[in-house]
Amino acid sequence: MSKLTLIIKREYIAKVRNKSFVVMTFLSPFLMVGMVLLIAYLTQLNDNEKKVIGVLNESGYFANEFVTSDATSYINFKDISLAAAKDSTVSLGFYGLIYLPNESNLEQVAQRAFFYSKDAPSATVLDKLENSITSRLRQERLRELGLSPKEYAEMDRSYNLNIETFDGLQNIKGINEIKAIIGGAFGYLIMMFIIIYGGFVMRSVIEEKTSRIIEVIISSVKPFHLMMGKIIGTSLAGITQFAIWIVSGAILLFIGLAIFDIDPASLTKGGGMAPGMASGANVDVDALTQNIQLYAQEIFEIPIIAMLVFFIIYFVLGYLIYSSIYAAIGAAVDNETDTQQFIFPVILPLMLAIYVGFFSVFSNPNGPIAVAFSLFPLTSPIVMLMRLPWGIGEGGVPMWQLITSILILIGTFIGIVWVAAKIYRVGILMYGKKPSYKELYKWLKYS
Amino acid sequence: MSHILVANEVTKQFGSHTALKNVSLEIPKNSIYGLLGPNGAGKTTLIRIINQITYPDQGSVYFDGELLKPEHISQIGYLPEERGLYKSMKVGEQALYLAQLKGLSKAEAKKRLKYWFERLEIGDWWNKKIQELSKGMAQKIQFVVTVLHEPKLLIFDEPFSGFDPINANIIKEQILSLKENGTSIIFSTHRMESVEELCEYIALIHKSEKILDGKLSDIKKAYKNNIFKIGLETDNQQSILNEMEGKFLILSQEYDSKEKQLNLSVQLPSNESGEILSFLGSRANVNGFIETIPSANDIFIQTIQNKNIDNE
Repeated sequence: MSKLTLIIKREYIAKVRNKSFVVMTFLSPFLMVGMVLLIAYLTQLNDNEKKVIGVLNESGYFANEFVTSDATSYINFKDISLAAAKDSTVSLGFYGLIYLPNESNLEQVAQRAFFYSKDAPSATVLDKLENSITSRLRQERLRELGLSPKEYAEMDRSYNLNIETFDGLQNIKGINEIKAIIGGAFGYLIMMFIIIYGGFVMRSVIEEKTSRIIEVIISSVKPFHLMMGKIIGTSLAGITQFAIWIVSGAILLFIGLAIFDIDPASLTKGGGMAPGMASGANVDVDALTQNIQLYAQEIFEIPIIAMLVFFIIYFVLGYLIYSSIYAAIGAAVDNETDTQQFIFPVILPLMLAIYVGFFSVFSNPNGPIAVAFSLFPLTSPIVMLMRLPWGIGEGGVPMWQLITSILILIGTFIGIVWVAAKIYRVGILMYGKKPSYKELYKWLKYS
Repeated sequence: MSHILVANEVTKQFGSHTALKNVSLEIPKNSIYGLLGPNGAGKTTLIRIINQITYPDQGSVYFDGELLKPEHISQIGYLPEERGLYKSMKVGEQALYLAQLKGLSKAEAKKRLKYWFERLEIGDWWNKKIQELSKGMAQKIQFVVTVLHEPKLLIFDEPFSGFDPINANIIKEQILSLKENGTSIIFSTHRMESVEELCEYIALIHKSEKILDGKLSDIKKAYKNNIFKIGLETDNQQSILNEMEGKFLILSQEYDSKEKQLNLSVQLPSNESGEILSFLGSRANVNGFIETIPSANDIFIQTIQNKNIDNE
């Protein structure tokens, strides 16, 4: 077995046997799924709780609007003053009191109507009450205009503009948001992987330094081999962990949904998503069901195979670049607390890439900012993957940009690994001092 | 005589700091060679060059007659001064891993480990983690790992640090028996007691330069200055001393009147002791006569002091 294979094997085994790694691997899916289920469950619970609302109707209207339903009960107060009704509402423990005063016409009643409650009322309750009053108002206004409800419905029929690309491909609303979610997920995955496993590489280097085994090993293998073995071994452990997360997470989610009888659709509505994504997912549900075939077709149009291939290319190159920087940082310092000043400049481009992705790429996937950041090597693995769902070639990422970006990335990869390996080689044998950037630069010149 | 290692005018620079300056060494086969010098003199840099951890800026190193190359790594065993093991790895696994990195097959490594673990009576540690062992125990593992691949050249940098006297002795015996079996050994230290016991050859490195090297016994001969310690049993010490004043240079004297014992330290103009012996023999009972051989420590300090004076 070659020395590099030996090192990769050791690093992999050391990592996957690590207790906290094992715990994280098997606990995280439970935590994640548990959280999603909890949120979904709580949302449902909130909706299911039956609210009792008192009604003091002094007007001649709204006789049929406030009827007890599954979610809300209405109790009518009769022939008492507003103050007495409020007191009763409180003493009976009702959620609130809707007060409709005696006015000359419906519009006036609506204007003067009040809802009293202990705390600020929930948005759902308020919506329901407002809807009831609005529909009654609409009825009245229609009557005054002399329109039948049927005529009104006819008038209010919604309209969708037909959209098509210049090539004649049919397009649909909302597909851009779906593409953004797919691109965003890929980009986010890369960033998380780099930060988590780059950190592991760094800590592993620091551990070798502090346990003083480094010189023993360096007398048997080249530092470069040790560094690469460590990076590869750790990333294999990371991929194992991710695979376990995805598989067990999916299984758990299905089991959980079955057990708690939660409708998956309620998850997308119920705030289970990050805010940035939720706005993107805010697709009209009716349109979705109508156009479901078109969507499936469109998603099919996203170059999934090409995306996966490029994901792997960008992922591997991006991860190697960043983790060799992490390895060099680990080699330069003596303990983890000294890493802060070096870590920040590393995380910065990653954060930048994600922000550029969410704020610029999604709104304008081929705009100048998106192009620039998908060529710049420290951000391209993330930004380019966010652009890719819009396709390659016409309408999407031009081929030359893709090739240039990968070539720049490969060039940077060679340069950075070379620099990192030098810093690593000098750093691992330096004990007891915290180097400055100036000192790191000096190390580059050592032979 | 053939040499296991020859360094030729080796120079190494770190930025503006010169770590080694034109250092040449010849390390004979099947010997224990002491690499001595104060902290920071450049010993570790030289050892790292031999191990190909760093490379010389100028000069060349030959291993067993060939220019040093990566393949030689498997024929060198190195116990660094800054040493340790993976804390959370099991002893056996770790030893196997390090042995395989040196090029041994897994089966062969296992066989040899079994042998060494029995030899040092540490067989039942196989499944323990390093963090469960004491420092001295971990050092033993480290020693085994260093010698396991049966290298032609062993380099020990301060091998006895971290050992209690009993275990230090066990390791010393192992080093001597390795030498008996034909291994060449470089022994780097600034502790002189162990040098006297082990080394046949020494080189002294001071401020990046080699200032002295050769066979320890030759160096000692060169450094002795004909000083003799003399013990006399006599009543009339004063007259003997008076008589001696003119003839010999007396460095120190002390007289025990109860035991009638006079102890002297005398420097002679040459190695010839016949004259003084016949002189003393006719006047008193000589019960002690021994030439003072400088210790390695004396030589070490004296050479460095001379060097410092030269430089000023």
